[in-house]
Amino acid sequence: MSRSFLGMPAFPRAAAVSTRDTRLRANLAHATHTIRDKRARAVAELDDWAQLRAAGAAIKDRTLRHLDHYLEQLEESVVAAGGRVHWAADADEANRIVARLVRETGEREVVKVKSMATQEIGLNEALADAGIRAYETDLAELIVQLGDDLPSHILVPAIHRNRAEIRDVFRREMGKWGRPAPEGLSDSPAELAEAARLHLREKFLTAKVGISGANFMVAESGTLVVVESEGNGRMCLTLPETLISVVGIEKTVPTWQDLEVFLQLLPRSSTAERMNPYTTTWTGTTDGDGPRTFHLVLLDNGRTDTLADTVGRQALRCIRCSACLNVCPVYERAGGHAYGSPYPGPIGAILTPQLRGVAGPLEQSLPYASSLCGACYEVCPVAIDIPEVLVHLRERVVEGGPVTRHGARVVLKPAKGHAAERAAMRAAAWAFDHPGALRGGMRLAARTRRLHPRRLPGPGRAWSDTRALPAVPAESFRDWWQRTRGGAAGPERGGRT
Amino acid sequence: MRVALFVTCINDTLRPRTGRAVVTLLERLGVDVDFPAGQSCCGQPQFNTGYRHATEPLVRRFDRAFADHAYVVTPSGSCAAMVRDNFPRIGAKAAAEGRGRELAEAAARAVPKTYELTEFLVDVLGVTDVGAYYPHTVTYHPTCHGLRVLGLGDRPRRLLERVRGLTLKELPGAEECCGFGGTFAVKNPAVSAAMGADKVRAVTGTGAQALCTVDNSCLLHVGGMLARQGSTVRPVHLAEILASTEADAGPAGRALPGGGDRGGAR
Repeated sequence: MSRSFLGMPAFPRAAAVSTRDTRLRANLAHATHTIRDKRARAVAELDDWAQLRAAGAAIKDRTLRHLDHYLEQLEESVVAAGGRVHWAADADEANRIVARLVRETGEREVVKVKSMATQEIGLNEALADAGIRAYETDLAELIVQLGDDLPSHILVPAIHRNRAEIRDVFRREMGKWGRPAPEGLSDSPAELAEAARLHLREKFLTAKVGISGANFMVAESGTLVVVESEGNGRMCLTLPETLISVVGIEKTVPTWQDLEVFLQLLPRSSTAERMNPYTTTWTGTTDGDGPRTFHLVLLDNGRTDTLADTVGRQALRCIRCSACLNVCPVYERAGGHAYGSPYPGPIGAILTPQLRGVAGPLEQSLPYASSLCGACYEVCPVAIDIPEVLVHLRERVVEGGPVTRHGARVVLKPAKGHAAERAAMRAAAWAFDHPGALRGGMRLAARTRRLHPRRLPGPGRAWSDTRALPAVPAESFRDWWQRTRGGAAGPERGGRT
Repeated sequence: MRVALFVTCINDTLRPRTGRAVVTLLERLGVDVDFPAGQSCCGQPQFNTGYRHATEPLVRRFDRAFADHAYVVTPSGSCAAMVRDNFPRIGAKAAAEGRGRELAEAAARAVPKTYELTEFLVDVLGVTDVGAYYPHTVTYHPTCHGLRVLGLGDRPRRLLERVRGLTLKELPGAEECCGFGGTFAVKNPAVSAAMGADKVRAVTGTGAQALCTVDNSCLLHVGGMLARQGSTVRPVHLAEILASTEADAGPAGRALPGGGDRGGAR
């Protein structure tokens, strides 16, 4: 419970360590390639996938454009169905609300459904500070919690762990939290799952308060939806007397009909299933069935600021499927922890700097944690053009400019530490716009090519430590053309020389 | 037919043999090739690192340099993608910043006439057999911007399959990025090198003599790693293979083309 993503180093530093971890690399390569291939097969089954994807993007965009309207409609519907709605502007406010609601029940323990929003705000740590123990009940979240670890994947938070490591964590830690692991527990998946089942069953049957997030909120009816594989979520959503759901405001969809699109897109993209095993929906409270008290905490925490950015706002379409992580070559090699946030991978690289702002070194490094290969955009079920947003945020880092922070329009200054790069980029752009000067430089480089070093000093080592330097040819293409066909090219229409 | 060659800055300075190969190939196919001297860089290094404003003069320069041509052909998937995908973004953002439509109009003129080499060959000229001879085993790596931004599809493969003497070896994990990514290679050297090492392993595992792509930028990275490891696999641009004929192969037909620049990567 003590570890958090606060104060993590910039991405390149963290990745320089994690890429050398051969066990992590093997675990991740195996897991991501397996899910990646299964997703491709599941998606290929539908001949209207492209239309579903376009519909998903369009529904999200339209809802986000009118989010103020749909949120008020949602609040009305939830209240009419017997729920209570709380508005949280940021993580602190959301944590205070939830801690107060739990204290009001008199309980000191809660069971949790897997939820990205509560990780984003650090709810478990805030509850611990308030004397409340939160038990994660998703199998992978349980592994992370028992191991005092951090999640490294949106869907499979313990993807960086293999079976043997999980067995060791269960044997060592389960007894400290409740029912211990069975004697002689092996690393077979069936035995590990059974150990978790026995351990968790105790929690489900005693807990009086459940805490969840939600995949979707339907504005017209006030219905919340949780999509899962294990059934542990349904236990938490139905057995406790009080249910508190913390949900990002962008999870709203207007109608049940809109839901139909996402319930096709999400399972195939995330677990490569045609339909996930458990879809739980609840609308307020119902006498004699499920929790008697329901609280919805609507979380902003940077989302309205993100919505103000016409390029960056597409990140709010995200339905947290994690297809972009599974296909990302950078994620596969660096691992999720290097992204310094519960949102790793390509989507994390565009969400974190927007939700948190780009003031810190980690947030400034995240938009550069990509080769812009575009595999993420290709698989995204709601067509988030992640490379476009990455480049957009790179500009925000190095050039600054107008952004919205805490609801106010401010002009960012360029980030520190990019002065040499900025000078080099401007010099290069100047040279490329002055071909005469450029040609002089190229000829000089060609004439001195026998003197060029094989390895570069200083920052150039980042290239030449692992790659040979390209040899500079004796004659540029330009000079060859001039020498062999000189004059035939006509005037230099580019302008200045 | 008359086309303008947009050779790109990397080919101009570091791989002029690729530019010469495009000229040889297109002229053999009966196309008149111009090289407008006003051209320079597409601006991708600056743009993709976040320096959009520094890129704007290069958009204008591209527009002016190729104003007289209906076809602009470039041996680079990545630079073609910069023009087609990002020039309109640069124009739209400038307009949104209240600086008029001038850049947007320049972009609108550049986009429809810019062709990556294999697009021009297959779509415009309608050829897949370009009369090439290349008696070597080759593996093909589809580079990311050609594959996913331009959607080159099977065009490069169809051209390679019609090269006489060439044996094509499947590259496992072909569609995975090689790890170059422009300034990514130096901003995230550990991850870039890890991706490159996996690509090198896949390439050498094919047993091919040459690694072929439509982008020399990626080849500088993968080829640089191959060279550093002492591998004999030669990085070759597709244009150089397509330009090769029996006449270049020599009596033994053994030499891999790519001399002329006197030395590949060291």
